[in-house]
Amino acid sequence: MNFAFSEEQEELRRSVRRFLEGKSPIPEVRRLMETTDGYDEAVWAQMGKELGLQSLHVPEAYGGQGYSFVELVVVLEEMGRALLCAPYYASVCLAANAIMNAGTEEEKQALLPGIASGDTIATLAFTEPNGRWDASGITMEAVPGPDGSGGYTLSGTKMFVLDGHTAGLVVVAARRGGSEGTDGISFFAVDGGAEGLTRTPLPTMDQTRKQAKLEFSGVSAKLLGPDPENTEGTGWAALSKTLDQAAVCLCAEMVGGAQRVLDMSVEYAKVRIQFGRPIGSFQAIKHKCADMLLEVESAKSAAYYAGWAAAEDNDELPVVASLAKAYCSDAYFHAAAENIQIHGGIGFTWEHDAHLYFKRAKSSEILLGDATYHRELLAQRIGI
Amino acid sequence: MDFRDTPEEAAFRDEVRTWLAANLTSEFAPLTHGRGVDRDEHWDLAVRWERKLGEAGWIGLSWPREYGGRGASFAEQVIFSTEYARADAPVRIGFFGEGLLGPTLVAYGTEDQKRRFLPPILSATELWCQGYSEPNAGSDLASVQTRGVLDGDEWVINGQKVWTTFAHHADWCFVVTRTDPAAPAHAGISYLLVPMDQPGVTVRPLRQPTGTSEFNEVFFDDARTPADMVVGEVNGGWKVAMATLGFERGTAFLGQQISFERELWQLVEVARKLGVADDPLVRQRLAQAYAGVKIMGYSGMRMVTALAGPGARGVPGEIGVVGPEASIGKLYWSTWHRNLGELAMDILGPAGQVYSGDGYQLDELQRTFLFSRAETIYAGSSEIQKNIIGERVLGLPREPR
Repeated sequence: MNFAFSEEQEELRRSVRRFLEGKSPIPEVRRLMETTDGYDEAVWAQMGKELGLQSLHVPEAYGGQGYSFVELVVVLEEMGRALLCAPYYASVCLAANAIMNAGTEEEKQALLPGIASGDTIATLAFTEPNGRWDASGITMEAVPGPDGSGGYTLSGTKMFVLDGHTAGLVVVAARRGGSEGTDGISFFAVDGGAEGLTRTPLPTMDQTRKQAKLEFSGVSAKLLGPDPENTEGTGWAALSKTLDQAAVCLCAEMVGGAQRVLDMSVEYAKVRIQFGRPIGSFQAIKHKCADMLLEVESAKSAAYYAGWAAAEDNDELPVVASLAKAYCSDAYFHAAAENIQIHGGIGFTWEHDAHLYFKRAKSSEILLGDATYHRELLAQRIGI
Repeated sequence: MDFRDTPEEAAFRDEVRTWLAANLTSEFAPLTHGRGVDRDEHWDLAVRWERKLGEAGWIGLSWPREYGGRGASFAEQVIFSTEYARADAPVRIGFFGEGLLGPTLVAYGTEDQKRRFLPPILSATELWCQGYSEPNAGSDLASVQTRGVLDGDEWVINGQKVWTTFAHHADWCFVVTRTDPAAPAHAGISYLLVPMDQPGVTVRPLRQPTGTSEFNEVFFDDARTPADMVVGEVNGGWKVAMATLGFERGTAFLGQQISFERELWQLVEVARKLGVADDPLVRQRLAQAYAGVKIMGYSGMRMVTALAGPGARGVPGEIGVVGPEASIGKLYWSTWHRNLGELAMDILGPAGQVYSGDGYQLDELQRTFLFSRAETIYAGSSEIQKNIIGERVLGLPREPR
């Protein structure tokens, strides 16, 4: 039994932290969050070519480095801490996993190397205007092409698609006509610039993570994996697993942010003087910080353990993914909210960074389903 | 990062399981499910079990070999407490000796004290209780007023302790005593070892809200103990007393998580029987409790890895003094268990407000609801834990005093 990162993993953490301190300091986050695309192309290329971050957990056979989710957790924690503005989560944690879970050997060979090198930005278009995170939220139907060539066309709207307006490759979850629930769902690959696809950036409260509306009007799409007519239900298994893996990744990001806001609070509580003494000497503030630490540490335990379950790809993954998503969502939001409270008036200014983390905490809490959603899922998954 | 047993750990786990399966016979059934310690009629049975553990070498697992322990690694300690809890084995009445005084003596005791006191702890032939809190010294332990005065070659002790678990059965008590009233509060305290069986010691059980009496008041009226029964320096006992508390908050809860999870599943069963397991609010709270108890386990494993790992404070086979981080664990588990008790009462509804049987014999969930109110107080209240976390882990400034 060993619940610690290896020396190699800690070295990875240090090098990613150094890189992000140089390339994604808060002024840079603030610059990029005001842009529509929301990322810096040069930094993105450097992440892919020099640090190999996009290729980390992609198997070597598909142009990756073949590391596990544990390494991915380390990297995402640092990105969450830095509030990195980049399509990393959409491309690596959503799209790449979807392709690995659903694609045929040939499709993985074709699509993954581009994502792994960073040359391709990919995303997963899953949610629709109904805002649901379960299978019933998918209403978009895939219509088979008339020529029996294996091609499909997609029509309808996908909403809240992370980096949907900048992605060159959009993996779309859609269903066979007339199917319901978890039945008949498949993934389709669509070119970002495909004819009939209208992409509209959505103004987001959390400006550090970009979203788009994608309107499909008879867009040609290529089925990923076997034809759904022949393998009913398998598409949902791949999507469900993708969402569990993505939840684990998001938890890692969230604990990185949560630790950062705790650090901000503690640093401020030590130096801010009121009534002639540091506010951190008052139990009202001290106990808030202690509660935050307890929750941040507990969130880390959950996220790291979930990362291991994802790396092992074992039966525990669905349970621990929902468990961690529920806990980490609450912990990050609570810590980010307390951070504003502890900073008082200065914390409620645009210039102070507290609101950036507060907004990221909220958008992360909502993304993939909030704590309430995941607690219900957890109850189902443990058989209650 | 790997949660599987190494081959050595698997072999050790197997050894523990095999022993428990062979020895935890139906004879000891009255002591399972956390029962037994609160009923005096089961005390002899509990002593028999504890001695059985001692004979098999399971007491002092973590102690160094030179003092009769097994020098077990932290991982092995976790495996033992996990399997022990999984087998629903009896509450450890020897805890105060094995878990608190033993490690304290290993760290601070004289060679004579170690030779005199460690073997009977290992064989469970001497049981200990903890003389810390007083009516006017709870969270502010340094304000203890129990006086110790050297009279020739003996200490004479006068004063009163409270919350003293098992005092009515214990052979010895480690007593935090004021030996220099003129010195600043922390500087005038000594850590004395006092025999309980003497005319100067009176034990009065405290009846708790559970109706049972695990805790006691202990009165010292000219009680006596030899002059060399002081651990650490005379007037230097504060540091020793704090080290003991580190053990109390630290490793003691490792197996507890298993029992807590069992209790949660018992509550799930109750919810199903009462037909409320499909109530969305109940489901939310049960799922939250489940997440909470699993995370308790994950965090326990993280702490153990940190204590055992390269560059960590603890060295396998040595009893590491647990750091202030242990306060996070204490705060976490006591809060979780208190919430579970409240959830149990909410799920049970009116049925939870009545019990069957004679006397005031509550069922397990009712006991949890009530007893968990003590857990957020003893071994340092939640508020004290938060002070420790704030000041010693996060480095926030102390409250002006």
